[in-house]
Amino acid sequence: MTQPGFGPDLAEVFGPAHEATSDSAGLSLVQLLTPEGERVEHPDFSFGDDLSDAELAETVRGFFRDMTLTRRIDVEATALQRHGELGIWAQLLGQEAAQVGAGRALKPQDYVFPTYREHGVAWCKGVDPLKLLGLFRGVDQGGWDPRENNFGLYTIVIGAQTLHATGYAMGMQRDGVVGTGDPDRDAAVIAHFGDGASSQGDVNESFIFAASYNAPVVFFCQNNQWAISEPIERQSRIPLYQRALGFGFPGVRVDGNDVLASYAVTKAALQRAREGQGPTLVEAYTYRMGAHTTTDDPTRYRLSDDVERWKLKDPIARVEAYLKRNGMADQEFFDAVSAEAEDLGHHLREGCKALPDPQPLSVFDHVYAEMTDELVTQRDGFAAYLESFEGAH
Amino acid sequence: MSEKTTQKVTLAKALNMGLRKAMEDDAKVLLMGEDVGKLGGVFRITDGLQKDFGEDRVIDSPLAESGIVGTAVGMALRGYKPVVEIQFDGFVYPAYDQIVCQVAKMCFRSQGKTPLPIVIRIPFGGGIGAVEHHSESPEAQFAHTPGLKVVACSNPIDGYWMIQQAIAAPDPVVFLEPKRQYHADKAELDDTATPAPLFTSRVVKQGTDVTVLAYGPTVKTALKAAEAAGNEGRSLEVIDLRTLSPLDMGPVLESVRKTGRVVVSHEAHVNLGMGAELAARITEECFYSLEAPVLRVGGFDTPYPPARIEEEWLPDLDRVLDAVDRTLDF
Ligand SMILES: Cc1ncc(C[n+]2csc(CCOP(=O)(O)OP(=O)(O)O)c2C)c(N)n1
Ligand SMILES: [Mg+2]
Repeated sequence: MTQPGFGPDLAEVFGPAHEATSDSAGLSLVQLLTPEGERVEHPDFSFGDDLSDAELAETVRGFFRDMTLTRRIDVEATALQRHGELGIWAQLLGQEAAQVGAGRALKPQDYVFPTYREHGVAWCKGVDPLKLLGLFRGVDQGGWDPRENNFGLYTIVIGAQTLHATGYAMGMQRDGVVGTGDPDRDAAVIAHFGDGASSQGDVNESFIFAASYNAPVVFFCQNNQWAISEPIERQSRIPLYQRALGFGFPGVRVDGNDVLASYAVTKAALQRAREGQGPTLVEAYTYRMGAHTTTDDPTRYRLSDDVERWKLKDPIARVEAYLKRNGMADQEFFDAVSAEAEDLGHHLREGCKALPDPQPLSVFDHVYAEMTDELVTQRDGFAAYLESFEGAH
Repeated sequence: MSEKTTQKVTLAKALNMGLRKAMEDDAKVLLMGEDVGKLGGVFRITDGLQKDFGEDRVIDSPLAESGIVGTAVGMALRGYKPVVEIQFDGFVYPAYDQIVCQVAKMCFRSQGKTPLPIVIRIPFGGGIGAVEHHSESPEAQFAHTPGLKVVACSNPIDGYWMIQQAIAAPDPVVFLEPKRQYHADKAELDDTATPAPLFTSRVVKQGTDVTVLAYGPTVKTALKAAEAAGNEGRSLEVIDLRTLSPLDMGPVLESVRKTGRVVVSHEAHVNLGMGAELAARITEECFYSLEAPVLRVGGFDTPYPPARIEEEWLPDLDRVLDAVDRTLDF
């Protein structure tokens, strides 16, 4: 079909019957743990080679715990929304492995630029999940200090944060914390975004800047197949990871439901960045199992068959199978994680309801680092107005 | 004579019907935006239209607002009449360059040879308990731009007619829809009626003491304020501006000459908002009729607040009445 000189036919790239949700991830998908919980080898990426058996088991148990607790955050927040305690919630169900794999590959000195769905990465970075709820409850616009955990504010405007990530990485270059060879000093940035976001100008410009300056940034795209109601085909006619090549840096597609592979690939990409070898695009191939947010109704645009198929690739179930089959965790461990999840749920439920509503006058705080006289006048006027009511009642 | 049929519709339904009618009447009318196809838009304004008019005329776009508006320019140059949906007010900014530098100037640059009949629909305003960037009122940024026309509907009847008129207009129109009204009130729609011209304001309640100017979501607030004031023996005249650029000053000046007192109410920040322009024009054109300075009631000059204090931040009934008191006490 394709005229010579124009490269491969798209049908060759995607295979003859490309479907949004089929097993179209392709041969180049990096996978180290199958959906059945079997370890598989990959020529370029490995997990645990440098670990003793005991260390390996401990690391995998850690992933299991992180993913289970992350899912609990999600389930609990979804329930809180249903009970009117949150205005909205962006569920991550199904994306736990991509996020925990990426999150655990980070070092303390690395910096994260999240979207609005990175609850699992926040967890790995040590952000109290209760703080994530404030934005969704409507009491603040991000209640954590980005500097405390090197975890930036959630960004709702699609794609904007990828440029911030790139600029932050350019700052790291200038600070001399890239390519020094000191593992405790060398740092990198990770920019999270979605398949839909890959269409935004900002994201494409961030690729250009990062490539141009060889910035130490990992572009971590969770391709969950959907941007609200629009399937990935609307955004890209080539597998997303292959876009990187056109910008001049490598791209890798990893099984985003495989925490071992997500961890191994992100770790390698971050290491490249820290060593001064520049950006990488990691496409974590996964699926948005829930609605876009709690206000969305996916039955209007997608088939439940697809969701059922992806259920078989659940990121947590495969790790559980792996741990159990190889005697890497006993029942005591699983019980302990369950108990911890219960405690976390309790913490979120009680904590969320106790989050105080902001004071109306607080809206004037922090509009500027240096308050203006104009705004002081406006605030005082509003304060007087509010007081006039208190007198009236 | 065609048979008169009326039905009770919400603003969302009325806009949907208006879009459908425009598409039936003119095969060049296309819809484009994020999730406008199968989903029918996040507010369901385009519900069912892709099913009936096909994917060529109801286009689910890639997630890129600059792309949406920029390609709409190209389609308009090719003779189409694109109606684009920006999903939420806060997401229009990636398209700002295309709107301000390209859409707004094409007619002028081509010396009138290639005007752009594009409609940019933006759900705007707050009060729906949303997270940040979902409740903004960016109208002044567009009204400030020569070459763009800007209108805001406030009720289902206007929604039905104004969207059709905006699509038929030869110039680019930024079409603002008060999102909190989408599913709020129903009104009786008679589609055989003759609508008022698009770029006109309208007195929606007659009064004698104070003129209240409003548009979009604040029209309802102003009407409630008028009712409350009426119970206390004060007669407010409420004008639904409907058009923000151009402004239709006729009904406004006529009203001010009668009342001598004006309160302007909008959700947008007061600083350099529509109220500032209205105050200036009123002062210039009927200074001697004024008994008090024109007062503005709007959002404070801060970013839109977290949802749990938006009700305090927004210009509600009490704040409009407070301004009414102040202008009467002046
Ligand atoms: C600039 C901008 N346009 C539109 C939106 C509305 N919106 C929110 S999420 C979303 C889809 C995002 O899809 P994707 O990037 O794949 O991320 P996912 O939600 O699947 O994690 C859209 C269109 C937005 N937040 N920002
Ligand atoms: Mg997505």
